[in-house]
Amino acid sequence: MMQIIGLSLRVTLTAVVIACVIGLPLGAVLALARFPGRGAVVVLSNALMGLPPVVAGLVVYLMLSRSGPLGSLSLLFTPGAMIIAQTLLILPIVISLTRSVLEDLWAEYHEQLRSLGASRLRAVPTLLWDGRVSLLTGVLAGFGRASAEVGAVLVVGGNIADHTRTMTTAITLETNRGNLGLAVALGIVLLTLTLMLNAAAWGAGQWARGRLG
Amino acid sequence: MNHNRRIILAGVSAMALFAAMPVAAQDFIIVASTTSTENSGLFGHILPIFEAETGIEVRVVSQGTGQALETGRRGDADVVFVHARALEEEFVAEGYGVQRFDVMYNDFVLVGPGEDPAGLRNAADAVAAMTAIATTEAAFASRGDDSGTHVAEMALWANAGVDPSGSWYLSTGSGMGATLNTAVQVPAYVLTDRGTWLSFVNRGPLEIVFEGDPVLFNPYGIILVNPERHPHIKAEQGQVFIDWIVSEAGQAAIASFTVDGEQLFFPNVSGQ
Repeated sequence: MMQIIGLSLRVTLTAVVIACVIGLPLGAVLALARFPGRGAVVVLSNALMGLPPVVAGLVVYLMLSRSGPLGSLSLLFTPGAMIIAQTLLILPIVISLTRSVLEDLWAEYHEQLRSLGASRLRAVPTLLWDGRVSLLTGVLAGFGRASAEVGAVLVVGGNIADHTRTMTTAITLETNRGNLGLAVALGIVLLTLTLMLNAAAWGAGQWARGRLG
Repeated sequence: MNHNRRIILAGVSAMALFAAMPVAAQDFIIVASTTSTENSGLFGHILPIFEAETGIEVRVVSQGTGQALETGRRGDADVVFVHARALEEEFVAEGYGVQRFDVMYNDFVLVGPGEDPAGLRNAADAVAAMTAIATTEAAFASRGDDSGTHVAEMALWANAGVDPSGSWYLSTGSGMGATLNTAVQVPAYVLTDRGTWLSFVNRGPLEIVFEGDPVLFNPYGIILVNPERHPHIKAEQGQVFIDWIVSEAGQAAIASFTVDGEQLFFPNVSGQ
């Protein structure tokens, strides 16, 4: 049980961190840079927020399968594959939200920042920092999507006991065994964890606001 | 700001370390098998015995038979352990598998609402039972997923000369457990392997209404994925597992697995 919870958190939190490392800068570039085809990229990243988890899982499965282009990595049916699939699910949320938040901030403050001599590129860290509360909400939305989904991790992880079984795939398994009581109990545990994590994030936000004004 | 950035950086590197933690590197094979073996708890009973004897960890991915064979075809499993004889022989004939070994059998049963609207309790044989469901148009839930159970069900319909369709025929496209959960709600008749049924908790109004016809026997076979097609296959360890499961020790482990005091799988190596 602790192992299942630990794996769920490890996979989802890692995916969230990777998605942030990639998504925050990409979202910022999308918000501030002007290039041909930008509109199309914006629409695409918004649309991908609706990517069905099982499709994301299937794409990663076909890539990582031994008969696929990345088969030699032997990642299929491992936690690594699950992290990749969930990163794919969270990334569009982080990119889209970062773009939206930074666009608004830039519109509001760009004259001020320019007068201080900041170029668009130099303004990015400042804007990210100013938008941190809104961005945190986006990151939590990404965490929620990843921790709740079962379609992707089931396909690429294989729900192997003691190895790639997460909270959500365990809930699916118990449902299939007709163990509805246990399935609901696991669901409550998952919900409690999500609640605690969100409370911690909210508390940290309040604390930072109080301390930094 | 520098201070804060350092905190974030430390957090990110901690997470990266966390993610990179090795997952107990050791000898393991991947076995693609069916939901019936996993859901019934058979693997939970026999695999610890095998792992203690050999030190080889067996990671089971449980899928429908059709999907499990596809996993083997793609080279994503070292061994397939399934129950649809015709499909297994095709798998070997196409060169994806080395050789098929008989392992065990269990049987299918027809479960349905206790009041038995189609009168299956009086059916002479399995084909007559299926015909009775079709002629009374009593609700029937089908796996509809190319699993071994679905293949067996379609063979029964074919023998009964019935092309199942219409509002009484519900193709769930799901695993055995999900299909049983659906059948409980309708309620509908459903063909299930005895193992999944016995370990299934949420039975509602359903009970066994027909069983015992020899055509309902459900043999399981085990096949090593061909290392000539997929050189990375762990042929040696996979063969150790196959040798063990058809050995006296493996067969005894299968026979000693019971649910509620009832034996679910019957060793079948003599059939080889």
